[in-house]
Amino acid sequence: MKKIFLITMGAALLVTASCKKDSDFLDIPPKQILPSDIVFSDPALALAVLGDLYNRQLDFSGLDNGWASFVDFSEAFPSENGSAFFVTRNGWDFGEWNTWDYAYIRELNLFIERATASTALAAADKTRFLAEARFLRANYYFEMVKRMGGVPIITSSFTYNGDVTDLQKPRAKESEVYDFIISEAEAIKNDLPADVNQKSRASKGAALAMEARAALYAGSIAKYGASTPQVTLAGDEVGIPAAMANGYYTKALAAANEIINGAAGGYKLYQVLPNLSDNFANLFIDKSNANQEPIFIEDFKVGSGKVHSFTVNNQPYSISDEGADAGRLNPSLNLVESFEKLDNTYAPIPTTDGSGNPIYYDDQLDIFAGRDARLAGTVLLPNAQFKGEHTDIWAGYQLADGSIFTSGNANDLRNLPGTPESAKVQVVGQDGPINGLEFRTQSGFYVRKYLDPATGSGRRGRQSDVAFIRYRYGEVLLNAAEAAFELGQTSVALNYINQVRARAGLTTALTTLSFDRIVHERRVELVFEGHTLYDMKRWRLAHRVWNGQQMTVAELVSNIGSATKKNTQPFGLWPYKIYNPGNVNNGKWIFKEVKPSAVTGANNFQLGNYYSRINDNILSANPKLVKQPNQ
Amino acid sequence: MKYRFHLIILMILTAGLASCKKDNYEAPQSTFKGRLVYNGNPINVEYEKVSIELYQSGFGKVGAINGTVAQDGGFSFLLFDGDYRLIIPNSQGPFRWNQTTGNRDTLSVKVSGDQTLDLQVTPYYLVEDAQYNVSGREVTATFDINKVITDANAKDIENVTLFINKTQFVSGTDNIVNAGVAGADITSLNNVTLKATVPNITPTQNYVFARVGIKIAGVEDLIFSPLQKLTL
Repeated sequence: MKKIFLITMGAALLVTASCKKDSDFLDIPPKQILPSDIVFSDPALALAVLGDLYNRQLDFSGLDNGWASFVDFSEAFPSENGSAFFVTRNGWDFGEWNTWDYAYIRELNLFIERATASTALAAADKTRFLAEARFLRANYYFEMVKRMGGVPIITSSFTYNGDVTDLQKPRAKESEVYDFIISEAEAIKNDLPADVNQKSRASKGAALAMEARAALYAGSIAKYGASTPQVTLAGDEVGIPAAMANGYYTKALAAANEIINGAAGGYKLYQVLPNLSDNFANLFIDKSNANQEPIFIEDFKVGSGKVHSFTVNNQPYSISDEGADAGRLNPSLNLVESFEKLDNTYAPIPTTDGSGNPIYYDDQLDIFAGRDARLAGTVLLPNAQFKGEHTDIWAGYQLADGSIFTSGNANDLRNLPGTPESAKVQVVGQDGPINGLEFRTQSGFYVRKYLDPATGSGRRGRQSDVAFIRYRYGEVLLNAAEAAFELGQTSVALNYINQVRARAGLTTALTTLSFDRIVHERRVELVFEGHTLYDMKRWRLAHRVWNGQQMTVAELVSNIGSATKKNTQPFGLWPYKIYNPGNVNNGKWIFKEVKPSAVTGANNFQLGNYYSRINDNILSANPKLVKQPNQ
Repeated sequence: MKYRFHLIILMILTAGLASCKKDNYEAPQSTFKGRLVYNGNPINVEYEKVSIELYQSGFGKVGAINGTVAQDGGFSFLLFDGDYRLIIPNSQGPFRWNQTTGNRDTLSVKVSGDQTLDLQVTPYYLVEDAQYNVSGREVTATFDINKVITDANAKDIENVTLFINKTQFVSGTDNIVNAGVAGADITSLNNVTLKATVPNITPTQNYVFARVGIKIAGVEDLIFSPLQKLTL
């Protein structure tokens, strides 16, 4: 009896348990994937998606994609033997710098559509998220149009319905892409916070700065594109008609003025430290609220996983936290020469006097005295300080007879002529320069911009969290100055450009302005910030400045400040110590202009390089796309 | 177990023979080559600067087979037999080719076996009768400039330059010395003279290569005179 009861109960339990519907059992919400309706019901989750989209922004130069994105264009020499191709090649492939990431555009479009459809998000959150996503989308279109010219403007997600031709869109005109960026910035600027301390998320200032830069680029392509009629396409997918130039310059000036007038928050130039060079260097380091110059940055944080090894890669070898991991990015003498003297004149670094005799200096830094403070703020000079120590940059001794006494290794101690066997000394700097010896400077300079003075910043285990500044107030002023100059408002332009110069110690205000001055000012202020290529492209100077011809020292030291000065090969400045006991010059320094031996190629920017090649896969998948010119 | 070596050897031989069967596509074998010519004379350009594209349709995706013209105007492709369309893309080369307007048209090419095809182009200018005179280390080039296109499509000379290099690659990029004159400063197209002094070459060599290039306004590629080896 008891047995029957047990069996009956067991059967009953089984039957009732299996009464649960199959669908209840099988339809389990996945735990590792969040469906979009849940994501867009919680502001924290939506922000996480947006964070990923922020992280996927494309920059020309960036700290997390390494030192190598700064080294090209003869502004620096790569002291890493595996990267010698930068100076041995004769130019760039037509496909260089191309981008075509419509997967990113699609995800931005999906984000915008889903956030718009969401009913659970608070209105304020929703407005801000939408504005941020539209900012990122416009910013990526800006990056595309700079590299590729006109591209298809896709503002909604596509659904494949069996006919692929519906998804094939032709390229928009180059001007239409710029118009899109400008109109998007105008549309979203008031949805974004006008907060000077909001630096790593889009703000009103960021939208306006993007608008100003985009309009300026479009204006200059319209104006200077007239000088290269070959770099156009019949449908204006590449090239902007000259008649549109003034309209764009006006928009650029208006957008920049909005930031300058404080409508987007109290941005101002960073002027905190008394030493102007330290002040300029600190502009890129200081992340406190005292720094109101950065408008939009890519931020990093030690210990969070988002760090970069810029300092590890580029710290001076003799001061390295990480042994041989050091010294890759060496600014060129070409760049150093372009920093003007404090009386606003251009002059080469004085290595010889009028009759060709070397000039002797007591201290290595003396040769760079009396120059634009941004020189020592951007470039770590011989004998300059970093982390409390001096760099040890010298190429050897020069003896009384003019011969050079040196070694291929700083730890190889030698007897100077006439000294006893026991008096062996170091005969070359720990930081080089020695031709071909990587990780020490080979140009005679190290980079200082972004170099992090924090303890441990040069260790691979810690790395650095110096931010990369995408838009800053200094550039906005220069954009405004250029736009005003092109519009004939020279006094407005002078006011803006003189503010930037005064911060760098050039307190004698300019009274006249020329195109060459503007080109020069952007070069010295914005070098290593990812502007070089795009500036040279939009002014249509690239094929003239990088014309593929070898350079001589005589060419290097002449025509400084000319916008069309050839800049095809990076040079170095090597210090030598005089060894001539009893002579008045014993122990003093002389300097020589040197072309590092690895520099064999000369940059040749062809007309086909102005707009990067759209690769054959893309062209083949969409027959409506037209090819780039001159390729 | 006793190893039977003759069986093992037999197995290896069988496997070896069986795997001799080709498992790959045949490589293209037909050489398609030619030169850029005008009136039977080759057009000298800079190497790897003037490109030629071949298209073959019918195989799914369409993409160009790219080639570039050598310094002496020659080009060559290794192709499968078939029908191709050839184009020198717009604005490539210091010449006009297969065009009545600004846009160039394609040329149908049927490849079956080795084939030579010279492409007739019309250069804007030609350097003719280039004579080189060496005295010490000074090289003097004397030549005539022939303006070939004189109609509405004519273009001006931007500059004319004598290039000298220690190897046979001589161009704006590859030279050890050059001497030029701006187009506006040329008064007569006949007997133009350019002089350059060859610097010391390390390691020493007693010969150089020279040619004269014309940069035409609005055209990226230079047109050169034939290469000349000079003994110093």
